[in-house]
Amino acid sequence: MTETSHETTAAATEPVRIDRAQFGLAGFLALLGGYTLYDASTLEVGFADPVGPRVFPYVIGSVLLLLAVLLVIATLRGSRPEADDGEDVDLDTPADWVTVGKLVGVLVFTIATITVLGWAISGALLFAGAAWALGSTTLVRDVLVGIVMSVASWYGFYVGLGIPLSPGLLDGIL
Amino acid sequence: MDSLNLLWGGLEAAVTPENLLWAALGVLLGTFVGVLPGIGPAMAVALLLPVTYGLDATQAFIMFAGIYYGGMYGGSTTSILLNTPGESASVMTAIEGNKMAKAGRAAQALATAAIGSFIAGTIGTMGVVFFAPALAEVAVKIGAPSYLAITVMALVLVTAVLGSSKLRGFIALFIGLTIGLVGLDLNTGQPRLSFGTTQLADRLDIVVVAVGIFALGEAFWVAAHLRRTPLQITPVGQPFMGKEDWRRSWKPWLRGTALGFPFGAIPAGGAETPTFLSYLAEKKLTKHPEEFGKGAIEGVAGPEAANNASAAGTFVPLLAMGLPVTATATIMLAALQSYGIQPGPQLMTEQPDLVWTLLASLLIGNTMLLVLNLPLAPLWAKLLRVPRPYLYAGILFFASLGAYTVNLDAFDLFLLLIFGLLGLAMRRFGLPVLPLILGVILGPIMESKLREALALSGGDASGLVNEPLSVIVYVLIALFLVVPIAARFLLPSRFDRTNDPADDGPADGPSDDRELVDR
Repeated sequence: MTETSHETTAAATEPVRIDRAQFGLAGFLALLGGYTLYDASTLEVGFADPVGPRVFPYVIGSVLLLLAVLLVIATLRGSRPEADDGEDVDLDTPADWVTVGKLVGVLVFTIATITVLGWAISGALLFAGAAWALGSTTLVRDVLVGIVMSVASWYGFYVGLGIPLSPGLLDGIL
Repeated sequence: MDSLNLLWGGLEAAVTPENLLWAALGVLLGTFVGVLPGIGPAMAVALLLPVTYGLDATQAFIMFAGIYYGGMYGGSTTSILLNTPGESASVMTAIEGNKMAKAGRAAQALATAAIGSFIAGTIGTMGVVFFAPALAEVAVKIGAPSYLAITVMALVLVTAVLGSSKLRGFIALFIGLTIGLVGLDLNTGQPRLSFGTTQLADRLDIVVVAVGIFALGEAFWVAAHLRRTPLQITPVGQPFMGKEDWRRSWKPWLRGTALGFPFGAIPAGGAETPTFLSYLAEKKLTKHPEEFGKGAIEGVAGPEAANNASAAGTFVPLLAMGLPVTATATIMLAALQSYGIQPGPQLMTEQPDLVWTLLASLLIGNTMLLVLNLPLAPLWAKLLRVPRPYLYAGILFFASLGAYTVNLDAFDLFLLLIFGLLGLAMRRFGLPVLPLILGVILGPIMESKLREALALSGGDASGLVNEPLSVIVYVLIALFLVVPIAARFLLPSRFDRTNDPADDGPADGPSDDRELVDR
């Protein structure tokens, strides 16, 4: 989630040649590498195992630290990423992080409530919420489509594949 | 001929009315998901993997093969009708394919893509039938040191040779390797990078990682940059080809197949190179050079065949050595493992029925694709008009559903969100996805081979190079890394000239796209 905030600053400083957000990525790599090294140091080495569980994470962690340094250097020298293009992607407009934030919020809500509410309700809310976040204005229709999809997928998995998704509140009704 | 008999046995086991129904369902679902903008075959396969959970191995394979080919064809359909390839392998198809569509020949472009894919897929699968057992026989004798070397080579090639930025390739690779560390260490049973949770000690599920990075990451990225002006979609009729189209297509199909299969089969992954080479070859050999750039059918037929033949070729290292070289093959490996099947040299001798059923399934899925998708093409084209909020809300919905069904645990949804944000960051920072996903799955394999090799030699580093093959592979890796740098250093002028067209070709696609869409 630290990445998201760094990206926000990047969008604001778009005209500058140096892509400062990459420093955030470098920081993330350094953190990841450092933690991997720390985590590996807490492992115990078994006997009759000349390599042990530490070597591989030590190598990976060290290289991550090295890559973080290289990325900082490359960024200072003006290296900029080639952002991903696609069918529905318009790179000419500034990034809209509010929409992404809303989507993340909808997902966090789903994670928090899925065990209590069950897939049929959570899934419907997830779909309607995501559609709303992405700019749909037909709330009633979105909720109806969401309910149809979540209930259909619940029955599809239960009847077709024998996998009972969590029923939650609707236990006994579905 | 032995292989043919075994394949025939696999076909007999696979062709029942019920199984054909699963194949048809797989093709429909695969194409449905593959046609959706922004979703490539790897993502389609990852998203649809949970659907096969309740089936037995044979039915699951058949459905899976359908999803696989369906997903790929769906991607070509999008490239041709929207001029915006969902994955790098379709870039070449989009160049001429969309020009054809704009000139009112969308039906012929889709038809030559479908028939070319079918021919290439069929020949490619037959290639697997002959080469995979042969390679497996050799691979049985390959020891841990050489296996380690080959894995390193696959990673180095994919990371350093294919991508546009080596630094970003290696960053993606090492993030992937770190993700691969999470979970119990296989030898000592100690959890690594588990943050004290039992769910993480139990190793990450590749489906959650892949769906998060591919599907959720894409949805987030699109949400941040959603195009507010509608895309132009070319209307399409029933796909068909005239006599002239057939005459001009069959040679490119075969040439594309010949180029694509070897590139898929060597661990240098990816269909980008063969599709690009095929495009260049057709441009050179065509009798209608004036049509290139304006919608030449050869420019669709060749690359499309190369793409599918290369996809079939990836099954050779996957089945014979357990070595995936593309993102899609990585998901396939995870899928096979979820059925308790560990691809590798022993698989051919220990569970031959399964292998031959899988290969027969590929042939069935491929045929089903042709039968169903030629008539259904106009319907798929309509899918491109789904309102964008519904499309990406649907992707979020199915991604969550897929991650949730793995363990029925809300924690997996949390992981999905984390990997979704990682996927978003990767798209923002131009980090390639393939090295990461290969790192996740090949990292643990590399580590176990490294420890196996060194345990045998008693910890002596010479244990890594005590097989001639491993030495050869390390020399090759060194050459791959050193030669491009040395060439740039020593022969600046010549290097520029040979490299320029290669750099211009693929770059043309995207810049073209923007221009056409704006209009």
